[in-house]
Amino acid sequence: MMNEFPDINLDLGQYINDFINWLTDNMGFVFDGLADAIIWSFQMLSSVLLWLPWWVIIAIIFLLSWRLMRFWTGVIFAVFIFMIGAFGYWELMMDTVSIILASVLISLIVGIPIGIFMAYKDGFEKFMRPILDAMQTMPTFVYLIPAMMLFGLGVVPGMFATIIYAIPPVIRLTNLAIRNVSKEMVEAADSFGSSTSQILFKVQLPQALPTIMTGINQTTMMALAMVVVASMVGAQGLGLEVLSALQQIDVATGFEAGISIVFLAIILDRLSQSVAEKYKYSD
Amino acid sequence: MSTKIKVEHLTKIFGRDPQKALDLVEKGEFKDAILEQTGHTVGVYDVSFDVSESEFFVIMGLSGSGKSTLIRCLNMLNRPTAGKVIVNGEDIVPYSRKTLSEFRQNNMAMVFQHFGLFTHRSILTNVVYGLEVKGVDQEEREETARRVLKTVGLEGWENKRPGELSGGMQQRVGLARALATDPDILLMDEPFSALDPLIRREMQLELLDIQAKLKKTIIFITHDVNEAFQLGDRVAVMKNGVMEQIGTPEELLAAPKSDYIKEFVKDTDKSKVLQAKNVMFKPSAIVPLGGGAKLAIEEMRKHGISSVFVIGQNKKLEGLVTIDDALKANKENQPLKNIMISDFPTTDPETYIEALIPIATEAKYPLAVVDDEKQLMGIISRVSVMSALA
Repeated sequence: MMNEFPDINLDLGQYINDFINWLTDNMGFVFDGLADAIIWSFQMLSSVLLWLPWWVIIAIIFLLSWRLMRFWTGVIFAVFIFMIGAFGYWELMMDTVSIILASVLISLIVGIPIGIFMAYKDGFEKFMRPILDAMQTMPTFVYLIPAMMLFGLGVVPGMFATIIYAIPPVIRLTNLAIRNVSKEMVEAADSFGSSTSQILFKVQLPQALPTIMTGINQTTMMALAMVVVASMVGAQGLGLEVLSALQQIDVATGFEAGISIVFLAIILDRLSQSVAEKYKYSD
Repeated sequence: MSTKIKVEHLTKIFGRDPQKALDLVEKGEFKDAILEQTGHTVGVYDVSFDVSESEFFVIMGLSGSGKSTLIRCLNMLNRPTAGKVIVNGEDIVPYSRKTLSEFRQNNMAMVFQHFGLFTHRSILTNVVYGLEVKGVDQEEREETARRVLKTVGLEGWENKRPGELSGGMQQRVGLARALATDPDILLMDEPFSALDPLIRREMQLELLDIQAKLKKTIIFITHDVNEAFQLGDRVAVMKNGVMEQIGTPEELLAAPKSDYIKEFVKDTDKSKVLQAKNVMFKPSAIVPLGGGAKLAIEEMRKHGISSVFVIGQNKKLEGLVTIDDALKANKENQPLKNIMISDFPTTDPETYIEALIPIATEAKYPLAVVDDEKQLMGIISRVSVMSALA
């Protein structure tokens, strides 16, 4: 009998459940506000993207890729976008892109200040480290459940889960980048009588920008990785198409929707990477 | 000259609870013991010194001697644990963040070892930085920056990035940036240590030029004795966070207070530090102009020398008489005036020995040291030059 684990029942999950219930009952107004912000940013983006004529969007992708990379890259990316449209997924693609961009935007608005604060306060950094680790390693499906409990079904819980999953890189890299700004440079700024905010905005942030851009690239890619998962709680877009293809064992749809996501991933990655590249300075 | 900076009993201890460690230091514990017991590092301990207006003050020491910590206490990049830093008659240690900013914007600027240039800004916008922080409008600050860049010889480089410049040029930008706010005090933390020797020499000379023109008070840190002695009006030597000795280069050379200083100054090239006035001696024999050839012969015979200087009123050097000419003149009853020669070497008291060595070794007669009014201050013989360098 000594080989068996003792009969102890630790109901940690139950406490978390109670906590989430308490949140929905008592902090509803906070989550309503949050939901409003999330849905508003999503709707703004998707209405702009759907309002633009299809060829304008293809032209923008072509010009950006050409200018930031090469002419042929622009051509290939334009063809990718055209193909997604040809699969009949134009509107679904715009939904997906809106979810990703809005999630990334919110991640930056929340994440960069947190990263800066971590760089300034060692104690806060120590506190945040394990939380960020947990956010990234926790299986993504797990926080769909509280997201659903807090926000119901639809785009909002999907985006909420996406933000939680995608925000750590930009926080981490902002913190790292600010901490790595040359000590002498900060001392120089200080020695000329700069205020704390002048040091931050005139020296630390510009110096940190290349690394922060890398963080933005990683955050974007992680948001994209959540597309299918987010559709499980009802977020519309290409992810939902993949999910339904899975349920119906529809290889054709699955492939078309899947390759569309791959195309989007390539374009978003290369574009954000080449923007990050532009911000590198030589010493 | 008035006192510009007065440092009184300055102590800087790094660590969680500097006050606790301070008690230990005051009990006479050593630096290493304190580090072991409390984990605190004593950067600077009980340092006091004065710097006069437009003085070039050099702080010298090996790495870890606390010289960088000390200079950072002067503009409060390091907040002193104890002591006072009095600038223009006011203790800056209790300053609030706001007063301190104003003080830094107007009174002091710093030049860094690795330049500390902002790599995301152009040369011009690097130099305007101090004025920008101060709130000077754009047109005016860029005009000032262009002017300062011209004085450091970087005209035409305004739109380049720091990364595109050589080390020497980057440090010129660092200097220009510091000069742009027109501070009365320049803090220079090993500014030339990262440069190669030729460029370093050039920058040293240029800094002396700028100093002569602008009359800034300069606090300069170095670990190089030769650099310290060439630049400094006075040199302070630090060891383990404590001031060992403060004095002019000549004083340090002539009377080193400890073996540490002796060891330090051993490697100096004395010919670049000692000046004519440091090695000259009072001539044992001189003849007044009206003295006549007989007196000249008598003086030379008495001192066993073959030539003697002739001086007129107010010790003005008139010429030199050799024994041969004097004997001849004595026979022919001529006055000294007629037999004096004037093509002998003279030097002013500020000339470095380096420049005198060739003259002193070649000359037939002793070297006469004269001031601006041609007064004879002393003479230098070949022997006195050689013995000074030994």
